[in-house]
Amino acid sequence: MGELAVAVLGPDRPGVIAALTEVLLAEAGNLTDASMTILRGQFAMTLVVDVPVDVDRVEADLAPVADRLGLLVSVREVAPAVEQPERPQPYLVRVHGADRPGIVHRVAALLAARDVNITDLTTRLSGGLYILIAEVEIPDALDADELSAALTALAGDLGVHATLEPSSADLL
Amino acid sequence: MTHRPGRVLPVVTAPAAVLSSPAAAVDPRNPDIAQLAADLVATMRVSPGCVGLAAPQVGAGVQVFVLDITGHRKARSCHGLVVMANPRILDEGPAKPGREGCMSVPDLTGDVARATTITVAGTVPGTGEQRTVTADAFEARALQHELDHLDGLLFLDRVVGTHALHARKRYL
Repeated sequence: MGELAVAVLGPDRPGVIAALTEVLLAEAGNLTDASMTILRGQFAMTLVVDVPVDVDRVEADLAPVADRLGLLVSVREVAPAVEQPERPQPYLVRVHGADRPGIVHRVAALLAARDVNITDLTTRLSGGLYILIAEVEIPDALDADELSAALTALAGDLGVHATLEPSSADLL
Repeated sequence: MTHRPGRVLPVVTAPAAVLSSPAAAVDPRNPDIAQLAADLVATMRVSPGCVGLAAPQVGAGVQVFVLDITGHRKARSCHGLVVMANPRILDEGPAKPGREGCMSVPDLTGDVARATTITVAGTVPGTGEQRTVTADAFEARALQHELDHLDGLLFLDRVVGTHALHARKRYL
């Protein structure tokens, strides 16, 4: 049938990934991209699986596992990924400061208003300290210095500290 | 080198503003600065796993830091106790990533790219003697971490990617 995206959320415990992938493997599914993490004790996973059956069949297969493990599972068809000929230079946005509502939204809205695409984002709350790290792609028409100045101004407004730098993806 | 008895001071944690503000240059012969340096040494010595401390970390926005990586398993160069005011970087080599922690960000560590060799010059508080240190490996990393504090930067401002922050493993 092609590629399906599966999103899973629920309480973390050993065996969640094993149980879900057992079902997909039984349908001859082949995982392509997957990302899995734990957010404050909640297991969160998104994966793309190349599988020869349809969405309804995979959902029905996964339902008993979801019930048993208390998971929210959502399945949908995805169009095959289109390789872009050349991606823009990735930049890293780093923000940290006292926790308050709206940091992620204000930063994301500033980026969206300039057509800057967020390709990866992690946030952490550690005591009263909030940290946001985002990898972004800046359109060619946008000056990184202008974006940096806008982020600095927003950071001042939010009472946080922000930096924008080219991402050195080859370092790790 | 300072021979005054130092007092153990409380360490300031992020998001304190003093940690994100550039520190002011000081008169190294000012007795208060010599006392502050002694206090930093005393505070570093009583803190498990601490190999360096900068004045902003005890709430003082001035350009003084102390460092001692003696006995650290990742050390190559080792200059024993380094105490400097108004330090500046004279030379630095190519960067490599490594894991860093900080008493001012107690629950997290991060992957940060740092120059693997560095030459730093500064003034010894109290005596006013000029000192130049050329360091590599872990000592070079620790020096850059402390100098960053004097520029109002935390390792959070340097982490190399969205997945470069980690929960800290406890010493005890």
